[in-house]
Amino acid sequence: MALLETKGLTAHYGDFQALFGVDIALDPGETIAIIGANGAGKTTLMRSIAGILTNQPKAVLFDGEEIGAMPAPDIVARGIAMVPEGRKLFPSLSVEENLLIGRYGRAVAGHWSLETVYELFPILRERRANPGTALSGGQQQMVAIGRALMSNPRVLLCDEISLGLAPVVIRDIYTAFPRIRAAGASIVVVEQDIGQALKVADRVYCMMEGRITLSGAPAALTREKIHAAYFGVA
Amino acid sequence: MAWLDTIIQGVLLGGLYALFAAGLSLVFGIMRLVNLAHGDLIVLAAFLILMLVSALGLNPFLAALLAMPLMFAIGWALQFFLLNRTLGTDILPPLLVTFGLSIVIQNGLLQGFAADSRRISVGGLESVSVALGPINVGVMPLLTLASAIAVIVGLNQLFYRTSLGRAFRATSDDPVTAGLMGIQPKRIFATATGIAMVVVTIAALYLGTRANFDPTIGPARLIYAFEAVIIGGLGSLWGTLFGGIVIGIAQTFGAAINPEWQILAGHLAFLVVLLVRPRGLFPRAVD
Repeated sequence: MALLETKGLTAHYGDFQALFGVDIALDPGETIAIIGANGAGKTTLMRSIAGILTNQPKAVLFDGEEIGAMPAPDIVARGIAMVPEGRKLFPSLSVEENLLIGRYGRAVAGHWSLETVYELFPILRERRANPGTALSGGQQQMVAIGRALMSNPRVLLCDEISLGLAPVVIRDIYTAFPRIRAAGASIVVVEQDIGQALKVADRVYCMMEGRITLSGAPAALTREKIHAAYFGVA
Repeated sequence: MAWLDTIIQGVLLGGLYALFAAGLSLVFGIMRLVNLAHGDLIVLAAFLILMLVSALGLNPFLAALLAMPLMFAIGWALQFFLLNRTLGTDILPPLLVTFGLSIVIQNGLLQGFAADSRRISVGGLESVSVALGPINVGVMPLLTLASAIAVIVGLNQLFYRTSLGRAFRATSDDPVTAGLMGIQPKRIFATATGIAMVVVTIAALYLGTRANFDPTIGPARLIYAFEAVIIGGLGSLWGTLFGGIVIGIAQTFGAAINPEWQILAGHLAFLVVLLVRPRGLFPRAVD
């Protein structure tokens, strides 16, 4: 059985419908990538799972439980943590405090602690007393990932973590992913960088205009298929 | 030495204004909520202490200690069930609702306690003074200032040393992302107002023992509190203490020149600071 599943998920912003019946599934230990152009609904999908946007209870299932209508704090408490688009560090908190606040809702024993997050991203230990927002973009992204890991989530949602970062910085950040997987988290990454998504994921979903247009293992997806699913032209 | 005496009396009076202001500063700092009923809530707490003193025959300090959890509960419920509904991008609803609340509290107190002037007696402690070198200072004003400093230190510790304080600051920065951390912003706001009401209770103890009070004096205390917060700079608790002291000193100097000038001098000091440093003396760097 899938660990996390959406079934016919829809989402609206006022009169505007952003998602039209999205079905995705994440198996335990798996990493999936959601790709798609701007406005395809990727971030809306993440926000719906994380509880920032609420839904029909049945639309999102986590470990068999209907969580579609739950608000964000209840979702974190169940073990789904999100690295939000744009990092969203707390400017009034230092790097270390940003990490510590990550376990406010779910102080669960597990691999991740302040110590192990500093081992994953050693630069953060040096910058621990700085305000989170005084760091470079890549370092801020490390704080945002570390902050989400601090709750020892079973599912980690990463929304556009490479947005606005230099390729070398993106590579550095993705280097951490095998260790995050090894520690037991299943991962959903939202990526605009198709190459990066195909490298990191076991399976890929492609979205266009609020619908899933293609899914499968990276090896099974040809460039032409992705191109068609991404832009809607053959 | 008259001027030194005036300054010291002013600093001690400033402690009272800082106590009025600390709760206001806390609530504004965390949820950008301007509580226009703050002064009336201080008066409400003073009546609560008075009731406990007269009904149970308690010492006022003990009565205030007993009133604290009650006021915390009132503040928590007020925020959770009423004021949280007014928060949003529009700043007008909280102003209107707390303005209405101010009128409701005043009239409720008038109904319950009549318009008579009251005072909480501390059994002769009011007239006890100690000699600090050449200056005699009252024990109660000294206790007021000491309490104000203790409140500011305590709130700073809470803000910067505890997990609740981190949650306060994170929620103040960004309530949506705070939700992703497992923080429930509405409960955090309710807790903040509850804590502000504990500070209000301490302020009420000194308000009620220092001078006469009646149900209508709340709004004037609100003005002093506002001025202290703005002189100090929004969001800075130490600034709030300093702002209270500035008003206190200005008032005692005004009164030393002419007793009629006491209140006016405090407001003038506020205007001068506003002209020279519109953001206050110690504005918070991150806003």
